[in-house]
Amino acid sequence: MARTTKEIASFADAVRDIPDGSVVAFGGFAYPGTPFNLVGALADQGAKNLTLVANSTGGAAQPRLPDIGLLVERGQVRKVICAFTAATRASDVLPFTKYYESGQVEAELVPQGTLAERLRAAGAGIPAFYTPTAVGTELAAGRETRFFHGREYLIEYALPLDYAFVRAFRADTAGNLQFRRSQRNFNPIMAMAAKMTIAEVEEPIMPAGAIDPDEVHTSGIFVQRVVHIPPAPVGIWPGKRAPRAGAKS
Amino acid sequence: MSTGLNRQQIADRLAQAFEDDWIVNLGVGMPTLCSNTPIGDRGIIYHAENGVIGYGGVLPDGEEDLHLVNAGGQHVALNPGAAIVNHADSFAIIRSGRIDVTVLGIYEVAANGDFANWKVAGAKGGGIGGAMDLAACAKRVFVILEHTTRDGKPRLLRQCALPVTARGVVTLVATNLGLFEPKGEGFLLREIAPGVSVDQIRAATGAEVIVPENLPVIEVLAG
Repeated sequence: MARTTKEIASFADAVRDIPDGSVVAFGGFAYPGTPFNLVGALADQGAKNLTLVANSTGGAAQPRLPDIGLLVERGQVRKVICAFTAATRASDVLPFTKYYESGQVEAELVPQGTLAERLRAAGAGIPAFYTPTAVGTELAAGRETRFFHGREYLIEYALPLDYAFVRAFRADTAGNLQFRRSQRNFNPIMAMAAKMTIAEVEEPIMPAGAIDPDEVHTSGIFVQRVVHIPPAPVGIWPGKRAPRAGAKS
Repeated sequence: MSTGLNRQQIADRLAQAFEDDWIVNLGVGMPTLCSNTPIGDRGIIYHAENGVIGYGGVLPDGEEDLHLVNAGGQHVALNPGAAIVNHADSFAIIRSGRIDVTVLGIYEVAANGDFANWKVAGAKGGGIGGAMDLAACAKRVFVILEHTTRDGKPRLLRQCALPVTARGVVTLVATNLGLFEPKGEGFLLREIAPGVSVDQIRAATGAEVIVPENLPVIEVLAG
């Protein structure tokens, strides 16, 4: 049967079939591009034993937001792969920290650029690569290194995903995505690395052809499900005032 | 209150070392203060790990664009000529050596150019963020820190005690007491903070301090 639309009516429907034990990535860097609605839906859906991939472990925002810290606190998470397992300021203690230190959750700490490139490699069909990042640190202990042109590099492996949860500004029924400002961050490369990408989208889903092909940031080839964000319960700007009129240019 | 320069003044000294048209990455915390220094229009492009290239000042509440943050999560303006790229491209810019300088807030720096800023003593977790990529790949690594810990222990050392972020990469060190260059055997004191003595610096440093015959005093910017 020919494809019709990738639009899904609700977040619950979009995440219903995610099995226990899945590897799920979450885009976002600070607030922009974070798929809060999909996190909330996965918390409600209840899948367990998950491996999460994200820049940070969440839980820092006040008041609390439905970020991946929520899935950790609900006991749905086995392991987190991220660039921060502690806050930037050593004095800040994240909710994740207590689960990690007590051994309830595992973590793999990865330099941010290496995390990005491992995702890009997975999406590009490249199994491994060498990087100068982390050479000479405890992260490199016992791992393969190799010299190229007189400089030492560390091997890193692609990070393929079962699911990527992303937040986009616009999408069409073919799954093409457009991001706005720093909302882009990890979202395009996570979409490429995943077997299935689910996007929550701020503007109503547009008919195929409504986004100029030159303005598509992520091809619909990498995106299987798109859901328009309704005003409630989480909405587009949880914990924030709506942007001023005209801010979305 | 610590001796010598305050946090903004330390940042000011490093920002004055930026050269025309440099591509600069400022770490979270004290380094972001470098963007407050009035160094004039020098064509500097500020790069943030999240792919924002050419950002400007922090915007006041009500004027911010909620879709736009810098690497510290602050809502910032975009300067003319700005561009947005994804995270892999942002780190391609870093890894390929196109960042002229990264300024990082740190815990410790050693005379051999090693430094530590991602994990504190006894912690199971840490926060690496983009620091290891920046430290390994930027053309220059400037670090900024208080000269001693809250208990008065030196943070400029012969060797780092904490797990390092990168080895042998630091080119310039700014503290409340002065401006230093790691020279292998010790730290060359390039400039001294006003009202601070060389003896004070020696007592607060865990490595040799090399003092040149002609020692300029750091000029504190007005305001």
